[in-house]
Amino acid sequence: MALEKKDVEAIAHLARVAIDEADVEDYAESLSNILGLADQLNSVDTDGVTPMAHPMHMVQRLRADEVSETNQREHLQEHAPAVERGLFLVPQVID
Amino acid sequence: MAWEIVIGCEIHVQLATKSKIFSGASTAYGAEPNTQACAVDLGLPGVLPVFNADALAKAVKFGLAIDAEIGMRSVFDRKNYFYPDLPKGYQISQMDYPIVGVGEIDVDMEDGTTKRIGITRAHLEEDAGKSLHEDFQGMTGIDLNRAGTPLLEIVSDPDLRSSKEAAAYMRKIHSLVRYLEISDGNMQEGSFRCDANVSIRPVGQKEFGTRAEIKNINSFRFVEKAIDHEVERQIAVIESGGRVVQETRLYDPDKDETRSMRSKEEANDYRYFPDPDLLPVEIDDAYVEAIRKTLPELPDARRQRFESEYSLPEYDAGLLTASRELADYFETVVKQSGAEAKICANWVMGELSAALNRDTIGIEASPVNAENFAGLVKRIADDTISGNTAKKVFEAMWAGEGSADKVIDAKGLKQISDSGALEGIIDEVMSNNSQQVENYRNAEPDKRGKMIGFFMGQVMKATQGKANPGEVTKLLNEKLNG
Repeated sequence: MALEKKDVEAIAHLARVAIDEADVEDYAESLSNILGLADQLNSVDTDGVTPMAHPMHMVQRLRADEVSETNQREHLQEHAPAVERGLFLVPQVID
Repeated sequence: MAWEIVIGCEIHVQLATKSKIFSGASTAYGAEPNTQACAVDLGLPGVLPVFNADALAKAVKFGLAIDAEIGMRSVFDRKNYFYPDLPKGYQISQMDYPIVGVGEIDVDMEDGTTKRIGITRAHLEEDAGKSLHEDFQGMTGIDLNRAGTPLLEIVSDPDLRSSKEAAAYMRKIHSLVRYLEISDGNMQEGSFRCDANVSIRPVGQKEFGTRAEIKNINSFRFVEKAIDHEVERQIAVIESGGRVVQETRLYDPDKDETRSMRSKEEANDYRYFPDPDLLPVEIDDAYVEAIRKTLPELPDARRQRFESEYSLPEYDAGLLTASRELADYFETVVKQSGAEAKICANWVMGELSAALNRDTIGIEASPVNAENFAGLVKRIADDTISGNTAKKVFEAMWAGEGSADKVIDAKGLKQISDSGALEGIIDEVMSNNSQQVENYRNAEPDKRGKMIGFFMGQVMKATQGKANPGEVTKLLNEKLNG
């Protein structure tokens, strides 16, 4: 499956990645190669094989339902670019 | 053209755990912004989510209650999208292997019929934070206290055929999660909210029409109004030659309309994939059976028991079991009053429910608790007070004047049932109204029934309403006809 220029732009947008217009062709080719590899994998007969959810053959450990965290707002907000009345401030989003 | 309405619901139920689904931060409602958002909830680099055992137990409990397939192996996936209230850039959810699979639930309709609604699945996921769009110098404020709160998303089949059915379904699920004590179901606080997928098709057509999704409906009243409005909109679009577009719409209760949420994210491409931070969750039969043992008596079973054990009409039993709290209240009243169940039902559904509705408070906050209410019903049943007096006593109890016995004593409302005392009063009334007595005795027997009311009124007046009406009727009949 070959990706076109517009596919690359759509993927970049979904991932919020800024890309150079000049590099789009290269990305299209590289990504198409990866998809080519996936196509090759697709040709293997996997009937009756349970899809792998995780490379480690272990199961999830559970945590008891207990509140173990304390309020560390001040500490955690030290790195935030903008804070007001305890809220993180981000560029305006409106639906 | 005649249209058929097709609705499927996605209900988000906040599970009543103390801590979040993947972190040890508190889920308590109403805290100061970001004081309950830890490094995991903030999606800081290097953190690892660890799954909350109680969220799992509560989800399985729901699955068992709707007789669903339980996911013995369930997998968490990442649902990718960008929004600032979702700091990781993805929501941890379940896609291909949810914790609860296919199930069903019987929903009671207004006309007394029951309709079986299919449940497609129910999966666990984390809630997002909250965006505040007030003015912060042209910026948006983000509170991540809610981020990571455990949700169970219950997805129905497209089996609902009217807004009323959708509301009835929503009520049933609400009642069930409260019975199961897996959620507080508080709709004002967002613990229970519904998205409705609505489409229409010509009656008889097999294929579904294009659907629109109405987001975040948080009241039973709004679900009906929002769907009715959306159906009208879709009919208008199609009948004027247009086409319904698949989109997300938001219901505005103030304007009673739905409007399109124009998302910049045109393609809803969530690129789900298994979350590498979380291993598959595996449970065994012993685990499931242990949860099954914790199931309470469920609403349908309880309603049937109320019909058989208490000989209540279907209507009464349905009403009294609509919420676990009301059903518990009723059963306490029956046990403690020793009165006939139907009398208890009448008073709980009558005076008590009316007062609760009038003051818009829930049964759990009733100023008259079940024990005290039982005390009142007991005095009705043993003829200490008449039904009319009981209403006055109840009002006094509601206003905080104490137990039924205390109010009856304090106000001297004890009913006069002693036939000796009543005979004396009746004799006096008859001698003071000899003309009426003569008229009565000369009247045709079929007219006498009405005339006796006059004497009853006089006796009640003389006793300030405290005479036992049954006893008075009996004595009056004896004396007037004798």
